[in-house]
Amino acid sequence: MTASQPTFFRRLTASKLFWPLVALALMLLFNLVFTKGFFHIQIKDGHLYGSLIDILNRAAPLMLIVIGMTLVIATSGIDISVGAVVAISGALVAMMIGGTLVLKGGVQEYVTLVPMPLAILAALGAATLVGLWNGLMVSRVGMQPIVATLILLMAGRGVAQLITNGQIITIYYKPYFFVGNGFLLGIPFSLYIVLAVLLFTLYFTRRTALGLFIESIGINPKASRMAGINAKNLLLCVYAFCALCAGIAGLIVCSNVKSADGNNAGMYFELDAILAVVLGGTSTAGGKFYLIGSIIGALIIQTLTTTIYSIGVPPEITLVVKALVVFVVMLFQSESFRKVVFNRFGGKVGQS
Amino acid sequence: MTGKFNLKYLSLTITIGLFILMYGLGAYLYTGFLSLQVFLNLFIDNAFLCVTAVGMTFVIISGGIDLSVGSVIALTTMISAYLVQNAHWSPTLVIPLVLLVGSLLGFAMGYMIQFYKLPPFIVTLAGMFLARGLCYVISINSITIDTDFYTKVAQYHIPVGADAFISVNVIIFVAVVAVAVFLAHYTRFGRTVYAIGGNEQSAVLMGLPVARTKVLIYTLNGFCSALAGVVFTFYMLSGYGLHAMGMEMDAIASAVIGGTLLTGGVGYVLGTMFGVLILGTIQTLIVFQGTLSSWWTKIVIGILLFLFCLLQRVFESSKGARDKSTATAQPPGEAQPAKAQ
Repeated sequence: MTASQPTFFRRLTASKLFWPLVALALMLLFNLVFTKGFFHIQIKDGHLYGSLIDILNRAAPLMLIVIGMTLVIATSGIDISVGAVVAISGALVAMMIGGTLVLKGGVQEYVTLVPMPLAILAALGAATLVGLWNGLMVSRVGMQPIVATLILLMAGRGVAQLITNGQIITIYYKPYFFVGNGFLLGIPFSLYIVLAVLLFTLYFTRRTALGLFIESIGINPKASRMAGINAKNLLLCVYAFCALCAGIAGLIVCSNVKSADGNNAGMYFELDAILAVVLGGTSTAGGKFYLIGSIIGALIIQTLTTTIYSIGVPPEITLVVKALVVFVVMLFQSESFRKVVFNRFGGKVGQS
Repeated sequence: MTGKFNLKYLSLTITIGLFILMYGLGAYLYTGFLSLQVFLNLFIDNAFLCVTAVGMTFVIISGGIDLSVGSVIALTTMISAYLVQNAHWSPTLVIPLVLLVGSLLGFAMGYMIQFYKLPPFIVTLAGMFLARGLCYVISINSITIDTDFYTKVAQYHIPVGADAFISVNVIIFVAVVAVAVFLAHYTRFGRTVYAIGGNEQSAVLMGLPVARTKVLIYTLNGFCSALAGVVFTFYMLSGYGLHAMGMEMDAIASAVIGGTLLTGGVGYVLGTMFGVLILGTIQTLIVFQGTLSSWWTKIVIGILLFLFCLLQRVFESSKGARDKSTATAQPPGEAQPAKAQ
């Protein structure tokens, strides 16, 4: 129509958030057509219910991990130990709370081994400790991030099993279930946690110079050192923060299923998280990062899973569908692939 | 230059030394540990891991990574079990077919990594989901194989000495290692792999066939994981979607313990073999000890990984100090995705 249209189109597609949003929108559109009542949200006992709320609630642990992972990837690092951290934090909190049903004067009462706040603090402390270790290996010893965190991916799960003694620990303590299953003002409590962590991170990376420092380490560690950035301590903090996020996610996962499984809790979380970050437009080479993009990435993954279940695809082919969608989204994010496709089918876009 | 070779051989020597030390420890602590059969069992029980770890070594030397190997192994066992058991195909047809499927998967992933400039980590991750998912499409249950050919091969014992034996898998194991050593050190392909891992841009500028070689590396790794799957089928005599869970990490760990640097350019197939044997020895030690639980294996492997990476760092930094004096400047365009100091 007008001359400004192609530039507008260019500007739109150039935005890193464009493609992830398109993918998410397409998936929701698909649901609008094929899944009955997908957008239906109703209020039951003062709580919001519906597929959309369910997706948000289930994506909470992944969204938390993704926030930390984005920062780590922005420093051109990677943290593949987050799944193990989820297992450790869950195992610790389950062991410390434990919980038994006791009859006290004819009234049933839940009793914990250790007060709940203390147990939560201990689990988060352990998670942060794991992160500090990762950060120490990367920043002080100078290991490659993938190796440093591979060590804890291997050993961490062993430690989690050591804590639970190789068994699945069940929690019998009602107040703790609120973390993963509770509702506050009609909205799942876990979403408040995600929102708090997200706002905290957004504030410190966008309103202070911290975000720029992190990006500069990812783009050129040498130059950022010359510019006077204390890369070592910053890296230490970023890895600790990532593990802390994973620790919080571990609490939610553990509360959700009311038990802790050292062997399987958080299995493949690291892969989902890295996938979400990449889908969200952050390059694994480091540098510019997009926290909101990563959150969208996490939502894409969860929407995909929920969609697959709700349209009645047999669960056994869930993984195949997931893989195919990942391939498609990934290919469309690749510049060289887009060039090939657009030159062949949409000559106009290439010429204008 | 000499520094680099010292580093390579030194870490290999340490790996072999550690293997001998650990084995010696077992022999000292437990009677019966020194018997020939216990030693040969190391090879029998770890043949599949070694076959896939060898393929992984090539990928890592070239500076890439492949997370799909465990799933490809599972897929291979599943296809083999289904075709042999339910569709009654001849094994002489099934085995070449599964090897082809593995190679094709590897080729497709390599093609995407090379020509669409996608990160190997993500591409092979999607490949891992795909292969694992395909297993469940075939069947969500385990399929036991009891046809003549597979049981005969699985139970075939080749006598070694007076009262010890090896299985057919060990022959495949040794053959793969021999071919891989030849490929890595005596062919143009092998030298190109090292060149790509050392510095991809320089390799392109030198006129080496980088694109073709990179796709070939992933194809080779796909073939190796499918072969490992065949070996695994002989070992387990069943196909199951949950087989070889997390095997990719074991393969990567073996390569790292064997002295392969995850930044690429440095690595040794023989080192990987000893890495696998060390992992096997840890497991055997824990079995002989009797009271330790299986998760101690994971913790010990983690500690070993840590020690090895620490050692590599020490060598690297001492090498770096020497390199600085000779002023080896890196080309400015060279991205260092996995390094953040």
